[in-house]
Amino acid sequence: MNVAGPLRLAPFAGRPHPDNPGTAFSLDPVEAVRVNLSASERRVASLGGRRTVKKDWQAAWLVRAIECIDLTTLAGDDTEGRVQRLAAKAMRPLRPDIQATLGLSGRRVTTGAVCVYHRFVRAAVEALEGSGIPVAAVSTGFPAGLSPLSTRLAEIEASVADGAREIDIVITREHVLRGDWRALYDEIRACKAACGPAHMKTILGTGDLQTLRNVARASWVAMMAGSDFIKTSTGKEAVNATLPVTLTMLRAIRDYRALTGHLVGYKPAGGISTAKDALTYLSLVKEELGGDWLQPNLFRFGASSLLADIERQLEHHVTGGYAAFSHHGMA
Amino acid sequence: MSIAEILETMEYGPAPESDKEARAWIRSLGGETRLFIGGSFRKAKSGESFPTMSPATGEVLVRVAAAGSSDVDAAVKAAAKAQPAWAKLSGHARARYLYALARLIQRHSRLFAVVETLDNGKPIRETRDIDIPLVARHFYHHAGWAQLMESELADRTALGVCGQIIPWNFPLLMLAWKVAPAIALGNTVVLKPAEYTSLTALLFAEMCQKAGLPPGVVNIVTGDGRTGEAIVEHPGIAKIAFTGSTDVGRLIRAATAGSGKSLTLELGGKSPFIVFDDADCDAAVEGVVDAIWFNQGQVCCAGSRLLVQESVHDRFVGKLKARMETLRVGDPLDKAIDIGAIVHPVQLERIKQLVATGVEEGAVLHQPGTSLPEGGCFYPPTLLLGVQPSATVSRVEIFGPVATVMTFRTPAEAVELANNTEFGLAASVWSETLSLATDIAAKLRCGVVWVNGTNMFDAAVGFGGYKESGFGREGGREGLSAYTRPKWQARARAEALAPVLPPVSDFPAGAGLDRTAKLYVGGKQMRPDGGYSRSVVSPAGAFLGEVGEGNRKDIRNAVEAARKASSWASASEHARAQILYYIAENLEARAGEFADRLASMTGRRRQEGLREVAASVSRLFAYGAWADKFDGAVHRPPMRGVALAMNEPVGILGIAPPEERGLLGLVSTLAPAIAMGNRVVILPSTSEVLAATDFYQVLDTSDVPAGVVNIVTGLRAPLARELAAHAEVDGLWWFGDAATARTIEVASVSNVKQVWAETLQRDWYSALEGEGREFLTRATQVKNIWLPYGE
Repeated sequence: MNVAGPLRLAPFAGRPHPDNPGTAFSLDPVEAVRVNLSASERRVASLGGRRTVKKDWQAAWLVRAIECIDLTTLAGDDTEGRVQRLAAKAMRPLRPDIQATLGLSGRRVTTGAVCVYHRFVRAAVEALEGSGIPVAAVSTGFPAGLSPLSTRLAEIEASVADGAREIDIVITREHVLRGDWRALYDEIRACKAACGPAHMKTILGTGDLQTLRNVARASWVAMMAGSDFIKTSTGKEAVNATLPVTLTMLRAIRDYRALTGHLVGYKPAGGISTAKDALTYLSLVKEELGGDWLQPNLFRFGASSLLADIERQLEHHVTGGYAAFSHHGMA
Repeated sequence: MSIAEILETMEYGPAPESDKEARAWIRSLGGETRLFIGGSFRKAKSGESFPTMSPATGEVLVRVAAAGSSDVDAAVKAAAKAQPAWAKLSGHARARYLYALARLIQRHSRLFAVVETLDNGKPIRETRDIDIPLVARHFYHHAGWAQLMESELADRTALGVCGQIIPWNFPLLMLAWKVAPAIALGNTVVLKPAEYTSLTALLFAEMCQKAGLPPGVVNIVTGDGRTGEAIVEHPGIAKIAFTGSTDVGRLIRAATAGSGKSLTLELGGKSPFIVFDDADCDAAVEGVVDAIWFNQGQVCCAGSRLLVQESVHDRFVGKLKARMETLRVGDPLDKAIDIGAIVHPVQLERIKQLVATGVEEGAVLHQPGTSLPEGGCFYPPTLLLGVQPSATVSRVEIFGPVATVMTFRTPAEAVELANNTEFGLAASVWSETLSLATDIAAKLRCGVVWVNGTNMFDAAVGFGGYKESGFGREGGREGLSAYTRPKWQARARAEALAPVLPPVSDFPAGAGLDRTAKLYVGGKQMRPDGGYSRSVVSPAGAFLGEVGEGNRKDIRNAVEAARKASSWASASEHARAQILYYIAENLEARAGEFADRLASMTGRRRQEGLREVAASVSRLFAYGAWADKFDGAVHRPPMRGVALAMNEPVGILGIAPPEERGLLGLVSTLAPAIAMGNRVVILPSTSEVLAATDFYQVLDTSDVPAGVVNIVTGLRAPLARELAAHAEVDGLWWFGDAATARTIEVASVSNVKQVWAETLQRDWYSALEGEGREFLTRATQVKNIWLPYGE
């Protein structure tokens, strides 16, 4: 066992943090949106060739990727036992011998959060007690978000009461598809009020919105309405997080900050399952928003299987041999 | 740096590409390279060599043989020996060789990429992801043209031995652009790589050996400008293809004048990058990165003049400056580098001097805080703000990572600023409004327009310039004419007739009412500026009349009239066709009169004259027919979108029809030119000149807009020379004697205009020789508009 060095309990305290109070509703930024699909695709297609991290840099970036994971279970067959297993993995995502060889024994490496349905918030909070890891709940009629608003707001309040420090809400995609921006704004505003002290991540359901123009416009409304994070997907749409969608949302975050001074975090979710994907996302965030965003206060992966691949890559980094999934404790 | 420390900074760290294999290959060259002639590597007879260095470090990689004129001669002989058999092979057989080359390049792609980066200094990202894949693509695409030549180019044949001289900015890619179409179509080549970057061409030569390419089909002669000169001047070469600076292009134009060598030039540029207020601003910023910080800005079509709508200037420049901070400049073999090394200290010095000049002339310099590596040839990404159109840096090609920024107020002003340059290679237009972007693309005078994109290339899409950016296209179907000629030209042909001119003197007036044949300028009959006239006499010596003796001021006036008739270029094809039919109608109505006139000037029978008029009427119909049918192509490069290959008029064309066939020759050259939207200044046959002066009366009655056709009579050679030297004239067709052809080709360097000089006679009655695509191709230049789409 490694015990060297003092534990750093809150490595990201004092770093920039979402502090988005939102703004009054305005159609101006929504109408000013221009997104060129082909140009966006070219940008993200060339990124993999423009940026890469190798050796120790790659290992460090992968550790950071772990620290940014919202370790998630959102399945119909979830149970308390399943959530406890997830919480245990969130607290110790890396095998101690690997962490030691990376020279990180003194660092408390955990995932960014654990993300569950409302029903399991309490179980997760209990399992994570003392770890400082926040619990995130998907609490607005996830994944379609079409239950009555009053029900959704009550669910948010219940989750917060159960100890969720982060709430992932889903928007009514109909508002976007019909261009009813005011309704979208009002809905998200109401959710934000219901969140109280909890951080709110707004899921746009980008796969349902289809076009980058829609994604950009919905991002703007979500930020104006006070979202602390904007998030791509529930993981249940036909298409989840993609790099062009990510580019579009990151640029909206950048422009929103330039306009208002407020920081908004970003969370891609669904379909990011390899270490290589994770590195590409991190470099896109660094390129478009800057290094400040590469920490869990401002960036999260919504993922369930990503962690296992990163562990294997890190084992390869420290041993030089290719790893087996069975050599790492499962979530 | 420990992993814990990296977690604090989240920097990228080094990501070096191994150069082990590349260095082993360079060592295998044995300290000094050889020439590739007749299928084998041999020492240069010149015994001379020069070092080639890695610009990122200044290290000498190897010494490169400098081919002397005897080496070039050996290469041309090898190429000439190989050519007939190579051309005689079936298209399929040639296709198999090109296919093999494409596959070999793919199999050795990383070696090519690393050698290129070592020798040139461009980032490995570019050689690996862009240059080398495009090289392979070019050979694949042209393997296809070899395969299809017999069916798709049934009436054309190879030119012979092609001399090809390429630049250092895309060493292997420019080789592919030159070699692939040439050998696909049955030519053999003698290629000279640029002095700074010879190595990948020699590696390519090894691939030619591996592919079993017949000896002599491809010959590589390394060397400096003197080697290039030996190629340009070699009499055994049928065609010169050059990519490089406009200055050297001019020298080559002058050096090949009168030689009969065909010539294509791909020269410099100062390409506009136009950002409208409705553009995706972030996409446009990224476009600038790809436009001017691609290959260190050493790109002939680099978007080096940013034209930004005033209303978005501050926002755009703010975003651009922020983006510049994240560009990484450094070791080109690092896989996370955006900007590598400038190719050579000489080029670095030129960039520094031009930027200093820009600042002296009032530009505001902006460079990011990016650190540069110690040593090596590096220059930071640079903006010059507040630049005026008259500034040196607005007009001169910098060929470095330096963009100028100007504003415009309206779309019309954007077009005016964009076209306010001697160059016309490429342009980039950024707007999310389809109608605006396409309108601007149509109005730009350049060979390539990228809508919401930049620096996109593909073998299926022609590339090449307007104006002083050169002529000829590389890639696509439009690139094929540069390496072929019509088969019929192989038949024996007589030298073009030289005019036999009576002196300027007074013949006795004949019987009948005196008639004054004038010049025809701007839709009006004009007296010649000099106030002199020249007699026209029959072969038997009878006085037929007098015509005005045009001089250089008449040329000036005619060109000015043509310039003002610019709306002809945008008249609809249907409208132009109608006018051609109308000319035919009015000509036929006066068939008897023209027949008599031709008979009187030629001494031939009236029947022969009637035949010539009938052929002329038919020819006018032919080009009326072609007007809305020579309509370009839709290319499909590998992207979601299309490239529209538009056949656009050359502009103002000077035309000297043949001496013989005074009416049919006139109509056969005039009609394709105006059908395609050109305005013309005609120097008609001197011996049959009255056919032309009668003809303007036909034009007058046929609704031809003023200035579209101008006729200047007089001594053709000096008038043609004036047209050649006139910088407002875009092209010149000369059907006449070789001595004058040489003179005008030399004079054409004024604005590197396209000259079509034909010094052998053709059968103007023949539809094969006197009509059709050959003329239409000469009357147009292809603009490729790239239209990516998708929402």
